[in-house]
Amino acid sequence: MNDADLHAYIDGRLDAEGRAAVESWLAAHPEQQERVAAYRQLGETLREAYDPVLSEAVPAHLHSRRRAPWQRFAVAAGWIAIGIAIGAVAGWWLHDSRPAPAPAADAGAVMARRAAIAHATYSPEVRHPVEVGADDEPHLTAWLSKRLGTPVRAPKLEAVGYKLIGGRLLPGESGPVAHFMYQCQAGTRVTLYVRADDKSTRETALRFSREGNVRVFYWVDRKMGYALSSADISKETLNKVADAAYQQLNP
Amino acid sequence: MNEAERLVELIPRLRRYARALVGDRATADDLVQDTLERAWAKLHLYRRGTDLRAWLFTVMHNVHVNRVRAARPTDSLGDEMPELAQRAAQGDALLVRDLDRAIGCLPPEQRAVLLLVTLEEMSYEEVAQALSIPIGTVMSRLSRAREKLRGLMMGHAVAKLKLVK
Repeated sequence: MNDADLHAYIDGRLDAEGRAAVESWLAAHPEQQERVAAYRQLGETLREAYDPVLSEAVPAHLHSRRRAPWQRFAVAAGWIAIGIAIGAVAGWWLHDSRPAPAPAADAGAVMARRAAIAHATYSPEVRHPVEVGADDEPHLTAWLSKRLGTPVRAPKLEAVGYKLIGGRLLPGESGPVAHFMYQCQAGTRVTLYVRADDKSTRETALRFSREGNVRVFYWVDRKMGYALSSADISKETLNKVADAAYQQLNP
Repeated sequence: MNEAERLVELIPRLRRYARALVGDRATADDLVQDTLERAWAKLHLYRRGTDLRAWLFTVMHNVHVNRVRAARPTDSLGDEMPELAQRAAQGDALLVRDLDRAIGCLPPEQRAVLLLVTLEEMSYEEVAQALSIPIGTVMSRLSRAREKLRGLMMGHAVAKLKLVK
């Protein structure tokens, strides 16, 4: 039995006659059956491991036809970018040559920028990182829900290594914003910026942005906008945390 | 459905293959993005009626080979791609981590063949075409990849048994 036929058998590439030939050969060579079973198992394991990627939301930037110039720009511009006025940014975005940028993308990018600024401002705080601590979480969420005018909750991120330490209220573009802070055992922090906007009816997938050294994953779910920021962890790790938050907040 | 729409539809499959090929999500999506940029730019060269998926995977293969060739430690990509060299953990499942590490042990050319056959379920002819190699080479790489992974997985099982004792 040649090796190529054995693989073709495993991959279902043989006709009935070929299959029968391999099967009768295998019946006479039990030690080879084990090998075939192992190869088959390997295929199943691979599919099990990577097929879930097929159902992940495709990052929005992969849908655009070319790499948005701001992605390269943001890396170089660093903190200077933060200083640019929001209006100037909006104008600059209009010069972006991507085909028909959706208005919601602009709103989302503005939110990501504000979230990054909030993260940079509050996450280094040692003594006063939050206004209300996680030990009084019911009060925290009740208070923020009342001020935002819509139910707000802090997702549980322990499964991805982050524990809620508390939250605060911030001024946003169009009203109060909730800001939750999380910390992992190593002490790195991520913050979740939650905006309520009853005018918006859009939904977006998870998007990535970078403002100076702050990485932000953000998304819009009809009335709510969310942005998760970190300056300390890799894009990949932050993406995992963002996925966990996204799944809880957008079931 | 036109080519552009079909191309967009194939993005999840490009992502799955890229994830298995390079290991970590950020690097995989960068590979997909570069592939799509090239594909959009070259879509006029694609011959209608031929297999768009095969064409797209050919584009991805070429982009990947160029990226690997171009990757130097002095790259000014900064911390955008911190884990380029190491294949990072995929999920929480130990199995996936081990599998991912095992795939990382395969020579890249064997890895590509195994993944196209297993994940994309391409025929050997399609793989040969996508990677621009003779079909005999497809077979020998597939055979070596499977045998090597079988060895690694068995080694892993043995190591586990030892731990249990």
